[in-house]
Amino acid sequence: MTDSSAYDITVGDLYKTYFVPEREAGLKSSLKSLVRRKTSAVHAVDAISFTIEPGEVVGFLGPNGAGKTTTLKILSGLLYPTSGVVSVLGHTPSRREKDFLRQITLIMGNRNQLQWDLPALDSFELNRAIYRIPQADYRRTRDEFIELLDLQGLIKKPVRNLSLGERMKVEIAGSLLHCPRVLFLDEPTIGLDVTMQRRIREFIAAYNKRYNATVLLTSHYMADVETLCKRVLVLHHGHLLFDGNLADLSDRFAAYKTINVTLEDASVDLAAYGAVIEHEGERSKLRVSKAEAPRITARLLSECSVIDLTIEDPPIEDVIERVFAQEQPVA
Amino acid sequence: MKDLLTFYVQSLKTSIMSTFQYRTGQAFYILGMMAEPVIYLVVWSTIANAQGGSIAGYTAGGFAAYYIIWTLVRNINIVFTPYGWEWRIQRGELSGMLLRPLHPLHYDLSFFAGMKVVMITIWLPIAVLLTLVFHPTFNATPLSVIVFVFALVGAYLIRSMLLWLLGMITFWTTRVGAIYELYFAFELLLSGRLVPLALMPGWVQKIAAFLPFQWTFQYPIEALIGQLSPVQLFEGLGMQVLWIAGSFALLRLVWHFGVRHFSSVGN
Repeated sequence: MTDSSAYDITVGDLYKTYFVPEREAGLKSSLKSLVRRKTSAVHAVDAISFTIEPGEVVGFLGPNGAGKTTTLKILSGLLYPTSGVVSVLGHTPSRREKDFLRQITLIMGNRNQLQWDLPALDSFELNRAIYRIPQADYRRTRDEFIELLDLQGLIKKPVRNLSLGERMKVEIAGSLLHCPRVLFLDEPTIGLDVTMQRRIREFIAAYNKRYNATVLLTSHYMADVETLCKRVLVLHHGHLLFDGNLADLSDRFAAYKTINVTLEDASVDLAAYGAVIEHEGERSKLRVSKAEAPRITARLLSECSVIDLTIEDPPIEDVIERVFAQEQPVA
Repeated sequence: MKDLLTFYVQSLKTSIMSTFQYRTGQAFYILGMMAEPVIYLVVWSTIANAQGGSIAGYTAGGFAAYYIIWTLVRNINIVFTPYGWEWRIQRGELSGMLLRPLHPLHYDLSFFAGMKVVMITIWLPIAVLLTLVFHPTFNATPLSVIVFVFALVGAYLIRSMLLWLLGMITFWTTRVGAIYELYFAFELLLSGRLVPLALMPGWVQKIAAFLPFQWTFQYPIEALIGQLSPVQLFEGLGMQVLWIAGSFALLRLVWHFGVRHFSSVGN
């Protein structure tokens, strides 16, 4: 049994099953379903176990329907688990005790909690009252976030007049005014341009460092995960397929490596060394199997006049895809 | 308690600011709302005059007083509806509220109370105009005015909680609009909204006595226009307290099971 006191989050053998109504298309089936309703069980989360230490930033990876959001909702207390153990900051989330709710936040990239018609500053004031934040603390935190997220020009405008990215920035600031110890972030950068994504990533990293907050993040943008998370949990069809360092994931599941090579003689045919995926003048890019990479590198260095040579892992997206294809727990 | 009061003050401010953003829309909304009581008023005043000056104790001036105060009570009775519940659940707003360390009932009570401040400000000149046109007869006393203020609060709380109870059906079903329409028909007939209950058959009045509707509509109106004795005024407040306590207890129970169900099926 895990000592949950050492962890901010403890999840043991967690299951969540939904019963979803289903029927064939057409009027006949529609009428039939009135009399006999058919449901099917969907195992959104299936025997998941993990622990997260205080201050850790962990990425939740998986395709749509993998169970990421369901798990976040269970951890934040929005959903009752079907079975299993869940502890966040020593609380059982589904009880939604006030002391627990004051220490967490769940930010969903596509949801807005701010007053639509009012400037964000008014919503911030309301959050101060809801979370009982002392005035001095509130002003200090608010001003700090305004500075960090560059909100000076935004907080006095009605929220409805802000762009998607601007709204997300004020939404994040408003959700963190009570300085939660645990952050559940469900695709916080969804739909944002790269500059705004980077800004939000930097802010999350700064918040984590400043408050030693525990962060559990889902995102389909690998840049979010690569920048923020050392550790990742890979979910697929409700199963936890991998729990470990992002670097280990690449080491263990990258099927190939990419060799970038610049030769003195541009006419050398590199097809004998591996699959040439790019060729421009003296510079070429080869794809070789991971096991063969050292041997091929040695051959290139001994047989060709090499000006420059680097070896790269494949993009993390490709690695993740490979893990999904496995469908079996790997760590 | 102090923290809750701080929240109510802040939420009232927020609501006033938010409602004020749409002040023109609200003004037209209230103007539109006037059609219903003015039609009732014209019809019943005409009937009263045709019947020799009064009907069931109401003169034309009495009807004018009834329906002018009706417009204020109607404003007070605007609360979060079951349609709002459907929308709130579909949009995932309820999930956001459940993550805050405050019962969502407080949001609705404080937000709709804040709206009243703007609505009553807009209503005042309309009430003056109606008074000048229809010449209401008031027999209010200082006591009835004080009781009226409390009765308005009572009416607001009872209707808020009753519609919350209806709205919470959406924890189990996706649509509650049809049930609300049925509820609304009963409320219209048995609250004194359509006509004062004194004009209804005796059996209807007997049924109404066992239901909460008249304490949200007719009782506050009659309290101010001076139709009730001091004993009836206090009995009315007592009945409101009973309905508030009863509906609050039921609300807590339904909320407990409803949220559990909602959290089991998710959104």
